[in-house]
Amino acid sequence: MSTPVLETIGLVKRFGGLLATDHVSFTLRRGARHALIGPNGAGKTTFVNQLTGVLTPTEGQIRLEGEDITHRRPEARVRLGMSRTFQINQLFRTMTPLEMLLLVLGEREGRGLHFWSRLDARADLVREAATIAERFRLDDVIDATIATLSYGKQRQLEIAAAFAARPKVLLLDEPAAGVPEAERQDLLDTVAELPEDVSVLLIEHDMDLVFRFATRITVLVNGAVIADGEPAAIAADPAVRAAYLGEGKDA
Amino acid sequence: MSMARPTASLPAANLPVAGTAAPAATTAAPAPDTTSLAGTLLRRRRAWKPVELLFWGVAILAPLMLPRSMLLMNEIAILGLFALSLDLILGYAGIVSLGHAAFLGVGAYAAGLFALNVSTDPLAGLVAAMLAASVLGLLSSFLVLRGSDLTRLMVTLGVALLVFEAANSWRSLTGGADGLQGITIGPVLGLFDFDLQGRTAYLYSLAVLFLLFLAARRMMGSPFGLSLRALRDNRLRASASGVGVNERLVLVYTLAAAYAGAAGGLLAQTTQFVSLDVLEFHRSADLMLVLIIGGTGWLYGGLVGAVLFELFQDVVSAATPQYWQFWVGLLLVVFVSGGREAVHKAGAALRRRIAALFGGRRA
Repeated sequence: MSTPVLETIGLVKRFGGLLATDHVSFTLRRGARHALIGPNGAGKTTFVNQLTGVLTPTEGQIRLEGEDITHRRPEARVRLGMSRTFQINQLFRTMTPLEMLLLVLGEREGRGLHFWSRLDARADLVREAATIAERFRLDDVIDATIATLSYGKQRQLEIAAAFAARPKVLLLDEPAAGVPEAERQDLLDTVAELPEDVSVLLIEHDMDLVFRFATRITVLVNGAVIADGEPAAIAADPAVRAAYLGEGKDA
Repeated sequence: MSMARPTASLPAANLPVAGTAAPAATTAAPAPDTTSLAGTLLRRRRAWKPVELLFWGVAILAPLMLPRSMLLMNEIAILGLFALSLDLILGYAGIVSLGHAAFLGVGAYAAGLFALNVSTDPLAGLVAAMLAASVLGLLSSFLVLRGSDLTRLMVTLGVALLVFEAANSWRSLTGGADGLQGITIGPVLGLFDFDLQGRTAYLYSLAVLFLLFLAARRMMGSPFGLSLRALRDNRLRASASGVGVNERLVLVYTLAAAYAGAAGGLLAQTTQFVSLDVLEFHRSADLMLVLIIGGTGWLYGGLVGAVLFELFQDVVSAATPQYWQFWVGLLLVVFVSGGREAVHKAGAALRRRIAALFGGRRA
């Protein structure tokens, strides 16, 4: 149960003179509920963007299930079993949630080039899309244009779409950011209800959510890992406290 | 562009509830309800709407109603096909182009040369036109993969200029400024000779347009078509959803080029003449105007736009032969700076009215 599903080895990303990722060696274990935290500008999103292939690392290696994926394209990584949500919603705004889910399912099943097939040709995929919509509390809006959905529903869809790719590794980039209180509980519930065999890396500001959810925490400051361990140990770690106090109370 | 907009979530009333099966959220086995609803929604979305049938019915019956306007209607059908082609890349995949005339022109020259040198059979010539244009589409597609909209406008414009100058210089092949002359086209399917009134021409163009439209409708409703819309809406998320961005763009650009090539082929065959005019910049620019009038991303935009554009041009140029371009320009300015919303709003209101008449069925 504790084999690494995703790991980075000496990952470095430089933007000119700025060392945004500083030799990060990180391990995500199978079935993990792992949180990556750090003050604003610590390089969390830069790190995630390298994991998913939006950015190419300057040095180092990324391995998914032991396979070197450092230079694979983003869509190839999705097919290999890693999907993500975005800190700022990135949705297909003119589609409906049903269409968006079917798109992800279709690509997962290698149907993306099927130009003569119908969207509902595979009844099992339609059923799966409907089931996912229900799981993420989207069944009441499956035919609404995504741009008209409430922000909370859009956040749910962010996760639902990533989940639909049936990932081994799911990267959640601040899933609860900006969600109004009324819709927050729904969102936290769906995150908590993610199946156990999906390994989850949660990038989060919200300490409340982190300590409720994570069984392991990695702390990133100025691009480097300053602590990595169980929540209790992290909470007591003087370096972590200093980093957070030094930056001002951030969470 | 994703702003936190705390709008209320749409009410369930927006969903067509099939029969009496009210969505009871408390039951333990909920999936079948949502599944059947999803199936219903997908079927409804791809079903032919009455207004579509009406549109094609009118198009087919037009020769009976307006027997003397056949040449104009042929032009409309060809422009409609050309605009449909641009809609495939602009309305579905979100690629802007100011050089679509390159594909129209290559298709026209290919059809003309085919008729002069190989065979006068129109359908074979049409296939040649589509193949020639799709080769150019495939080659130039790699140029539109990267960069912003502005880059694409410039690159597509540049390609069109290159093709124009190549056709202008290569006199031995294209006839240069004189064009290709003496083209004769055999009967369609060996049965229907082209006549002076343009009756065969129109029905031939309409048939090709209709078949290619059917294919486009099917393709844009497929998983492939959905992935194009994904690219248009959000490329970052598309690639994060497993969509191979570059491969899809290459494919749709090539496909659109083949469609434009077919339009060019029809133009060459039904006018039995090809000149540099088919490659002129105004062809590409007019095409944008057509799509702006008709709207992008619903396949009929190019067809409706072509009808309105040609009719407007016909009426205005008859009224003021010298200054008609002034009025076309004015129309463009007014339409783009607000008139379009007004027209589309009026259209939506009309659809609601009609829907209400038929007992609350959704338009």
